[in-house]
Amino acid sequence: MELTGAEIISRFLKDEGVEHLFGYPGGAVLHIYDALYQQDAVKHVLVRHEQAATHAADAYARSTGKPGVVLVTSGPGATNAVTGIATAYMDSIPLVVITGQVNSTLIGNDAFQEVDSVGITRPCVKHNFLVKDVNDLALTLKKAFYIATTGRPGPVVVDIPKDVTAERTRYVYPKKVTMRSYNPVVKGHSGQIKKAVNMMLSAKRPIIYSGGGVVQGDAAKSLTDLAHQFGFPVTNTSMGLGGFPASDNQFLGMLGMHGTYEANMSISHCDLLIAIGARFDDRVTGKIEKFAPGARIIHIDIDPASISKNVKVDVPIVGDVNAVLKVMLGQLKEAGRSPDGEALAKWWQQIEQWRAKECLKYDKSSPLVKPQNVIETLHKVTKGNAFVTSDVGQHQMWAAQYYGFDKPRRWINSGGLGTMGFGLPAAMGVQFAHPKAQVACITGEGSIQMNIQELSTCLQYNLPLKILCLNNGYLGMVRQWQEFFYEERYSHSYMESLPDFVKLAEAYGHVGMQIEKPEDVEGAIKEAFKLKDRLVFMNFLTDPKENVYPMVPAGAGLDEMILI
Amino acid sequence: MRHIISILMENEAGALSRVAGLFSARGYNIESLSVAPTEDESLSRLTLVTRGSEEIIEQITKQLNKLVDVVKLLDLTEGPHIEREMMLIKVKAGTASQREEIKRLADIFRGNIIDVTDTTFTIELTGDVQKLDAFIETIKQTDIIETVRSGVTGISRGAKALTL
Ligand SMILES: Cc1ncc(C[n+]2csc(CCOP(=O)(O)OP(=O)(O)O)c2C)c(N)n1
Repeated sequence: MELTGAEIISRFLKDEGVEHLFGYPGGAVLHIYDALYQQDAVKHVLVRHEQAATHAADAYARSTGKPGVVLVTSGPGATNAVTGIATAYMDSIPLVVITGQVNSTLIGNDAFQEVDSVGITRPCVKHNFLVKDVNDLALTLKKAFYIATTGRPGPVVVDIPKDVTAERTRYVYPKKVTMRSYNPVVKGHSGQIKKAVNMMLSAKRPIIYSGGGVVQGDAAKSLTDLAHQFGFPVTNTSMGLGGFPASDNQFLGMLGMHGTYEANMSISHCDLLIAIGARFDDRVTGKIEKFAPGARIIHIDIDPASISKNVKVDVPIVGDVNAVLKVMLGQLKEAGRSPDGEALAKWWQQIEQWRAKECLKYDKSSPLVKPQNVIETLHKVTKGNAFVTSDVGQHQMWAAQYYGFDKPRRWINSGGLGTMGFGLPAAMGVQFAHPKAQVACITGEGSIQMNIQELSTCLQYNLPLKILCLNNGYLGMVRQWQEFFYEERYSHSYMESLPDFVKLAEAYGHVGMQIEKPEDVEGAIKEAFKLKDRLVFMNFLTDPKENVYPMVPAGAGLDEMILI
Repeated sequence: MRHIISILMENEAGALSRVAGLFSARGYNIESLSVAPTEDESLSRLTLVTRGSEEIIEQITKQLNKLVDVVKLLDLTEGPHIEREMMLIKVKAGTASQREEIKRLADIFRGNIIDVTDTTFTIELTGDVQKLDAFIETIKQTDIIETVRSGVTGISRGAKALTL
């Protein structure tokens, strides 16, 4: 039987196992929406802004490992989606974004709602396609899913002209696809792995630095085994949190600009750095010449281009992180040797001294609500089991520092692009993927207003999110930089005329709460989580002048932290 | 260091802009670029000349390899290779002495005069970059009306080849 292009898209998504599709309709995708109307295998989620569709699908992917799928119309639909596509690209998240396009006969004519979606998205996608012939449609969609989910994952855009969705052809689900120009490496080089294991066995001051690759590559268990067998300290990037249990004594916390004293000092003094699924981002390394200056470096990554991009490494290992770690564990067993226990004991003694600085302590007797306390209390009330999404700013760093993630895929934030407006739609995506789970969105009064309209989507789909707005009245992270580096000239970082968030939440049909005193924090969070089927917006009026510590100023080395 | 990178890629709309876009997005420079389909019409062969430290060239080749449309690539400058560029150059040739002189120079450089008018000669010249540069140097600047160069192409010496 012949199907229209639109029907092929809807059938393909079902055959590919897609359960949720996040989107927003418009002229160029009306045929597709009509096809979706006539089936119920794929559930379409109607957002209120295309940016939110991409963030929701992205977080759906981050929290499950399955690709997120988005459908938007041509022109403004596609351009609105770009921020979300770039966000997913920077964090290597598998996403397939279908954009409608004007009729293929009109392309290039400045037609109504025409933009060059393939051109606009090219620098922020792993790959993109323009489908010109309905006969290519199913295979192109298959390629898009294949590319998005394999190798170093990333977003793929498929731009489909409206006439292609109306044309008919025979449909067969393409079960497999091979591409001569795309063959991601999976297995690491065993000789290189052996070299690495030998270096690890003789290291005196080693540290494991792991990133998003461990979380997205489902390698948390292997990493934890490896770290335990070697007895090495572990630090995570923001993207890597949950890749190693935060409650484990071998965990030193996050490293980098707002990393812990012990993590940053250990990096600065180690003799062997084992980088796993991380990419030496500038927010992590600080001044690159001062990053792990005395160390030899092993770098395991699926993307060869990540290796020796910012820092020259001694032992590069290209491959799927989990596969490589498993081979390492096997080789360690075979080697029949154990790490240098004496040297490690000395190294741990040193680390404990750094840890004793308690760099994350804060004033617990303040009459003001301390943001750090809100996060710690959230951890306590949810027993560390919640999915936590965040926006961007100080609250994001506090969430990363104080929640303590023991499991992977629980901490969902825009690490690479740093996209304000990510948190709320991301929480929606997570809740769709895990309907029974506790999902908290930690945000600021600046960020939440970048996608606040999604409160309406949450009502439509009864998403019982818990939003914790750390309202300090400032674009806090900007204010902090202005305080430290611009002699307190607070240029446009103060938010006047904020809305009444409690009333706003209520206007959207949700529950609003305002918390002004430290003693009310725990009760409020408990009460909010008791309202199992309601979205609760908690507006915490927090200490407006609180800063994120420690802080490595831009351009300084990791051992040059500003401490509280 | 100057490098000649030869790329075999899918002959698809947009493939060239992915390569060009990569260079502008990452701030790498392109000295020259030439591209055309191969005997297998599904493939194009692109040759680009770039400059950079070893680290930068390593990044460039890795990033190019990451492009989904790139099937294979080879840094020709890593081994013995032949490099060629073609130039068409139109020069003033109004007087008998000018005509004589230019013809003589073209012969020395093994160029062909491919178009002649009362006032101009157009010469076709093939060689490596230095040879073409040298020819331009030799002709008086004031005599040159127009030059057009194809960009460098190249191929490995011996049996080594960039094929599927
Ligand atoms: C879309 C976008 N615009 C601007 C920025 C720059 N920026 C980073 S943090 C920040 C302040 C965020 O303020 P708020 O959401 O109130 O969080 P706080 O830092 O106060 O916790 C800004 C403006 C950004 N990251 N994203």
